[in-house]
Amino acid sequence: MRRVLKNRLLWPIGALVALVVVNAISRPSFLSITVRDGELYGSFIDILRNSAPLMLVALGMTLVIATRGIDLSVGAQMAISGAVALTIIKDSPTPNSLSTIAVAVLAGVALTLLFGLWNGFLVAVLGIQPIIATLVLMLAGRGIALLITGGFITTINSTPYAFMSQGYALGFPFAFFVSLGAIVIVSLVVRRTALGVLTESVGINPTASRLAGVRARSITWSLYGLSGLLAGFAGILYSSNIMAADANNAGINIELDAILAVVLGGTSLAGGKFTIAGTVVGVFIIQTLTSTITFLGVPPAVTPVFKALVVIIVCLSQSRRVRQWVRQLWQRLRPAADAKTTATPTQGAVA
Amino acid sequence: MDPQPVLEVVGAQLRFAGDTALSDVDFRMFPGEVHSLMGENGAGKSTMIKAITGAIRLDAGSISIDGNPVSFSTPAAAQRAGIRTVYQEIDLLPNLTVAENVMLGREPRRLGFIDWRATRRAAREALRQVGLELDPDSLLSSHSLAVQQLVAIARAISTELRILILDEPTSSLDQDEVAELFGVIRELKSRGVAILFVSHFLEQVYEICDRVTVLRNGSMVGEYLTTELLRIDLVQKMLGRDIAELDPETRSTAPLPESDRRVVLSAVDVGRAHRIQQTSVDLLAGEVLGMAGLLGSGRTELARILSGVDPTETGRLSYEGKQRHFAEPREALAVGVAYSSEDRKHEGIIGELSVRENILLALQAEQGWVRRIARRRQDELTASWIEALDIRPANPEHPAGLLSGGNQQKVMLARLLALAPRVLVLDEPTRGIDVGAKIEVQRLISDLAATGMSVVFISAELEEVLRVSDRILVLRDRRAVAELDPETLTVDMLLAIVAKAETDE
Amino acid sequence: MSAATPATGTALSSLRKLIQRRVSWLPVGAALLILILMFVAGQSYFGRFLTPRLLSSLLVDNAYLVVLAAGMTFVILTGGIDLSVGAVMAFTGMLAAKLLSTGVPTGVVIPLMIASGAVFGLVIGVLVNYFDVQPFIASLAGMFLARGLCFVVSLEAVQVKDTTVLGLQSTKLGTFEWYITPTGIIALLVIVVAAWVLGYTRFGRTVYAIGGNEQSARLMGLPVARTKVLVYVISGVCAGIAGLLFTAYTAAGYSLNGIGTELDTIASVVIGGTLLAGGSGYVIGSLVGVLVYGVIKVAITFLGADSSWTRITIGILLLVFVVVQRVLVARGSRR
Repeated sequence: MRRVLKNRLLWPIGALVALVVVNAISRPSFLSITVRDGELYGSFIDILRNSAPLMLVALGMTLVIATRGIDLSVGAQMAISGAVALTIIKDSPTPNSLSTIAVAVLAGVALTLLFGLWNGFLVAVLGIQPIIATLVLMLAGRGIALLITGGFITTINSTPYAFMSQGYALGFPFAFFVSLGAIVIVSLVVRRTALGVLTESVGINPTASRLAGVRARSITWSLYGLSGLLAGFAGILYSSNIMAADANNAGINIELDAILAVVLGGTSLAGGKFTIAGTVVGVFIIQTLTSTITFLGVPPAVTPVFKALVVIIVCLSQSRRVRQWVRQLWQRLRPAADAKTTATPTQGAVA
Repeated sequence: MDPQPVLEVVGAQLRFAGDTALSDVDFRMFPGEVHSLMGENGAGKSTMIKAITGAIRLDAGSISIDGNPVSFSTPAAAQRAGIRTVYQEIDLLPNLTVAENVMLGREPRRLGFIDWRATRRAAREALRQVGLELDPDSLLSSHSLAVQQLVAIARAISTELRILILDEPTSSLDQDEVAELFGVIRELKSRGVAILFVSHFLEQVYEICDRVTVLRNGSMVGEYLTTELLRIDLVQKMLGRDIAELDPETRSTAPLPESDRRVVLSAVDVGRAHRIQQTSVDLLAGEVLGMAGLLGSGRTELARILSGVDPTETGRLSYEGKQRHFAEPREALAVGVAYSSEDRKHEGIIGELSVRENILLALQAEQGWVRRIARRRQDELTASWIEALDIRPANPEHPAGLLSGGNQQKVMLARLLALAPRVLVLDEPTRGIDVGAKIEVQRLISDLAATGMSVVFISAELEEVLRVSDRILVLRDRRAVAELDPETLTVDMLLAIVAKAETDE
Repeated sequence: MSAATPATGTALSSLRKLIQRRVSWLPVGAALLILILMFVAGQSYFGRFLTPRLLSSLLVDNAYLVVLAAGMTFVILTGGIDLSVGAVMAFTGMLAAKLLSTGVPTGVVIPLMIASGAVFGLVIGVLVNYFDVQPFIASLAGMFLARGLCFVVSLEAVQVKDTTVLGLQSTKLGTFEWYITPTGIIALLVIVVAAWVLGYTRFGRTVYAIGGNEQSARLMGLPVARTKVLVYVISGVCAGIAGLLFTAYTAAGYSLNGIGTELDTIASVVIGGTLLAGGSGYVIGSLVGVLVYGVIKVAITFLGADSSWTRITIGILLLVFVVVQRVLVARGSRR
């Protein structure tokens, strides 16, 4: 158990804690949480709220990556669901009624679920490389969103819709409950059914899984659908935050943040073993990083530079060559006799 | 005394992730001589070839050319020393033309730019040397495998050539094409080229080779002149016979009475082009059908067809009297036909998953992802299988990839047995595992057959086949050649049939 | 032996032979056919569509995309992908605009643009080749880096007043109807050089070999590592050149320039018949692909339809091509 913790979550959590400590030292206000009208405010709370769309997208991305895939279309799908929902609300005579909102939200996510299944069809049935298959929708998706909004940035006034990302419940931002709900539901679906283990088996060794009778195709297919569904909800949250459907900017580059969060959390891009908890931590790292950069007075537009550096560092740390260098350096630093005994790793296996 | 060898490997040693791939192997090649490396799966042939061609580096041991020690870090370095290789999987580029495939990397240039006319001319010349007259501008992929193989050889011999390595060059060639190839080899031989010829076909080895080196389980068995080595001795050296006396009687008890001999699985004229010729075989309830044959005899291919892993191209397959066409292994598993691959690492174990997850994978897949087997039940099942098959360490959460070979094999067996199959097809379940585990697996197979399960058992070790099987199907050169009763057989008789030359029949 | 039979020599068999030899040009032919069909359809629908002015502007307006597509073709031929080109183009343009505005001479700025593009390519190439980072991730990092650095250079758009740079676009050679700008000439020059390098150098043939089968190329002793790094450098250089052309075109450096351009580039290359799996395709095809893209853009303007239709149409075309490629590849491997 200790080893599992050590390998999987220690590093991501360590990175998150380090970030928080750096922030706390450079601006003590970072840690403070104030209560106003029974609602909590503060940097922490902002992070909880603002991370919600990324959290939803990253959860779906985790599962898609576990199958050795990738979903580049999530940002475009966010734009689509926001566009659908806001267009319905705008055209409705009762923009404040809950039933209108429910119809709008359901229509938005239903459409992205379909688009997700479409991606899954291209990947699992036609056998097109995931990058390319989802690139098609990444390319066309924003165009579709623009068509839905008629080329404008649709804005609405609807208090209950705004509530989803701006409102508070039980003292916490409602958006936090949405992301918490998604984490719980996805974890349950994945670990309380056999979906998780079957997905991992397909991601680790597709041939052996096929021989063992695993339905790799339908699993992969449905996970792309799930990714679309979650991206749809993320798009709803995003549009509720700005109360506008901005087809060009909704979820822009979020696919990259999501991939980064998944990788930071300890799930390998090569597929296989995944960790939902790791992804959650990864999302918080990215959100805290963004918040830190903003605080440091760096224009938010420069944030990508830091993300690029993180991507490069993470990829390098996973690279075989770098690991070999580190190992060699390590052995050179140790006494020769000691190195000799460690040269042939014993596997502790009994024949 | 022998002349100076052009290539000499001394004390080659290599380990992959804890497994010994080569241990203290010597190997040498002489100019103007054809040498063959012989051995079964995992003997270390491909590893040896990779070491000579610079694709991998040895942990210990030396390679020298003309007596000068060398160390190739890349295939390019080995090629500069005059070593050319034609691999079993044709390593050419289907998207380029024949001319380019012959000349790539050495195209004649004018002013730094490729002179296509001269390139074509040179390619045509090289192709002529292997007896090919074809349009150098045609795409490689538009030609048959045999022609591609010859193009690969043309590429190899169109350069400064000292050593030519042919890794199973004849596996996709027909009789005439083999003759053509042998003509080329003889011509090269007369030019003083040293040739390494690896093939599963014994007749071919005896026809063309002067010398053989036999490897078994990564160790050297010996180096022999073909003229001095009887075919049967060669096969015996390849297969080895180490555990003959350990457990004399594993076979299931008295065969079932004639009336109970129900056909469970029946194959009529099944086959796949270039893999296994049309074969018919019946599998009875409660019997162990052994398949004996060398690597490349078609034993794996037949097993994969019988178990629905690869679809048959001809004939038909029926199960319990009903004709079946399995498009996916899942469909075969659903009716109770299970296959355990010889390739544990790539087609068996899901390395990073635990022993428990590996054992329950097939069962869970059968139930579907929604109906997860309850954790309590998972633990019970796993514990019972670990105990029944004595899997060690007896820790259900241990990553399966870290188990020893024998225990991985048991995990694979447990995975299939958990499905309670009616037919179990085991492809080399005892390869690469230690003697104790081997005996256990053999005994398990007999016990399973006693419960009425039908087992197909493949092994390179003939003693084992003889001991475990109720009936033995011998395969040679991609077809079934005999069906034998082990009661009336000795190992030596079986060896003779497995090793028999085409011409002797 | 199944050798060719030149003896028969009938017209039919030589035609078949020609097709067999040139089978890899078929996708380019298909793209060309689409282009022509679009011209015909446009002409018959709009009446005055197919004019010399339109044809001229097609090249001139998309010169930067032509250059990017040429570079991308190298990368895709090896089986890789470069998502950084749009951002690198924006960055080099930004850098140039800033430097020019502070009075650095044009003769220094232009080589610097190209060099900075090359550096981005080099970093991506090294990550891909020596550290086994997937091309898509490595170039993504390059994209992030370039996009972020744009804002480091300046948060605002920077006007370009340098006459040499602006002259690249404003100088119109030829008649009023048929014209070409220096940017157009540069684009065509890049295409010619790229086609020549791919067709007539060992480096170019190694690019194809890697795309065909990297393992085989390595076993054949070809310089795989060097080539794989170099294709990303070439793509980076092209992004630098495209930065120059784009700056000349828009007369400003702006950090948000070229967002999504990498997708347009990839789509153009694929529509032009280059196989995404690598190993098959031509730079000329990529040029045709860009022209197809350009015509779609123009046609949608003509229709007065929403400009978002451009992306959708490109997406659909890309999809059709990818699916057709997939079917062809599957058919090929079955044989």
